[in-house]
Amino acid sequence: MQPIVSIVNLSKTYADGHQALKDVSLEIAEGEILALLGPNGAGKTTLISIICGIVNASEGAVTVDGHDIVRDYRHTRALIGLVPQELTLGHFDKVWNTLCFSRGLFGRAPDPAYVERLLKDLSLWSKKDTEIMALSGGMKRRVLIGKALAHEPKVLFLDEPTAGVDVELRKDMWALVRELRESGVTIILTTHYIEEAEEIADRVGIIDGGKLILVEDKQELMQKLGRKAMIVELEEPLSGVPDTLAHWGLELSGDGCRLTYTYDPRSTRTGIPGLLQAIGEAGLVVKDFKTTQSSLEEIFVSLVKGRA
Amino acid sequence: MNVQAVKVIYKYEMLRAWETLLQSFASPVISTALYFVVFGSAIGERIEQIDGVAYGAFIVPGLMMLALLTQSIANASFGIFFPKFTGTIYEVMSAPVSFLEILLGYVGAAATKSLIIGLIILATAGFFVPLEIAHPLWMAAFLLLTCVSFSLFGFIIGLWADDFEKLQLIPLLVITPLVFLGGSFYSVSMLPPVWQTVTLFNPVVYLISGFRWSFFEVSDVSVAVSLAMVLAFLALCLLVVGWMFRTGYRLRQ
Ligand SMILES: Nc1ncnc2c1ncn2[C@@H]1O[C@H](COP(=O)(O)OP(=O)(O)O)[C@@H](O)[C@H]1O
Ligand SMILES: [Mg+2]
Repeated sequence: MQPIVSIVNLSKTYADGHQALKDVSLEIAEGEILALLGPNGAGKTTLISIICGIVNASEGAVTVDGHDIVRDYRHTRALIGLVPQELTLGHFDKVWNTLCFSRGLFGRAPDPAYVERLLKDLSLWSKKDTEIMALSGGMKRRVLIGKALAHEPKVLFLDEPTAGVDVELRKDMWALVRELRESGVTIILTTHYIEEAEEIADRVGIIDGGKLILVEDKQELMQKLGRKAMIVELEEPLSGVPDTLAHWGLELSGDGCRLTYTYDPRSTRTGIPGLLQAIGEAGLVVKDFKTTQSSLEEIFVSLVKGRA
Repeated sequence: MNVQAVKVIYKYEMLRAWETLLQSFASPVISTALYFVVFGSAIGERIEQIDGVAYGAFIVPGLMMLALLTQSIANASFGIFFPKFTGTIYEVMSAPVSFLEILLGYVGAAATKSLIIGLIILATAGFFVPLEIAHPLWMAAFLLLTCVSFSLFGFIIGLWADDFEKLQLIPLLVITPLVFLGGSFYSVSMLPPVWQTVTLFNPVVYLISGFRWSFFEVSDVSVAVSLAMVLAFLALCLLVVGWMFRTGYRLRQ
């Protein structure tokens, strides 16, 4: 199937000479949720801004729905909705008016019923005649989402949608994102919160220093790079790892009560039965044990470290 | 053509004026009324007719021009500067709108507002002095051309300005002096010969002269020259705007 967004060899050098994107290529499938993960200054906003038409690319090309974003900007931009990173809203505008404005700006005829439904979905209906400056930060964020959805886009960009947002709204937002995906909308969100990517994305792209380091199906990524750890809790604290267990590469916790063993879950022999047996033979009494999977955060840290 | 976009931008800008009604429409009327009290009544009583026109009536076209120019520039420059300043411009830039459509929305609204103000001032003036308009169609044409050209000019300033100071700079340092020295309150022929020549370099002179001619059939320079100058200014603004459009000036990095 043809990708809904296709980015080819995209580079961006700002007027001050700073290169914010370096030869980025990426294809985004229709209907997927892609999380772009990267630290501040990685180039996430720059990438989105180019696709949306706010920043000009220095090199490379982007197509949306098979159309070039520069030549056929009318076609591509009508398909795209953008929720910007900053809370950029007209303070004196009323909620209802600003959504209708957005809809018209993107070329759609007025549709009060749709706007009403949208405001209700975003729990903003009671605020429809309120001036934006009277709203809380979370509600402003929702207004921005409403504006981005006002023209019924097929591709939605959410630039750090949950930065500075409380837990409640974050949950609402994720529910909304899933709902949108159900209705066929492709969603690209940027974040530097790993849990966000982990929780919601189908695929994860990792950007650092303007380079797209990798793009991978989330499950595969976790499997491929995620190491598992087994934590063994001991009845009696140890002062050191016994010599008989030295070759297992165990880590002992500060209080001496916990041994951590990391292993690769993909290998056919994890060595766990052998280790448990060796622990028993060493005369240690096991109180409890558990295994954990490393999160995207750990993966990310190891990736970025590995490149440095 | 994205007609919906032009419509919503236009409506948004007009709504802004409506919500600050007092500031938008009442203040130019009040200041014009004050000019009439001071110049028309207090001073005008002591001044004989100029070119066969009573002084109170003579200053009407100049006063209208003064308001049209300042209002057109202020409205249009603020209309585009403010979204740039607050960052809301991102939405317009990410929308499927052409520069022409942006221009039609913002400049159209600014020109409409100053047109309304011009007409309100004309009506206000009618209270103070008896007015007859010799060439209503020409009057309307000058009115419209001025509103459009100077709204375009204001749009250019609004795009160019990256802080409030720059936004105020040109209206304050260039436009206001040019209008005051452009024969709003006197006939150029009243000046010493040297200054008459200097004055001819002031483009506003042509504007006011032509506009006054449409009222009283008296003018400092020929009407054809006036019209040509206004059209030339309009063309110049269009050229600059066209260049801004091609380069994405001050909008796209
Ligand atoms: N308008 C600009 N001019 C110059 N440099 C910029 C501009 N916008 C962003 N940058 C720089 O480009 C890099 C990437 O920025 P950005 O895309 O905002 O990163 P992110 O969204 O991942 O935090 C940063 O180093 C930033 O300072
Ligand atoms: Mg960013």
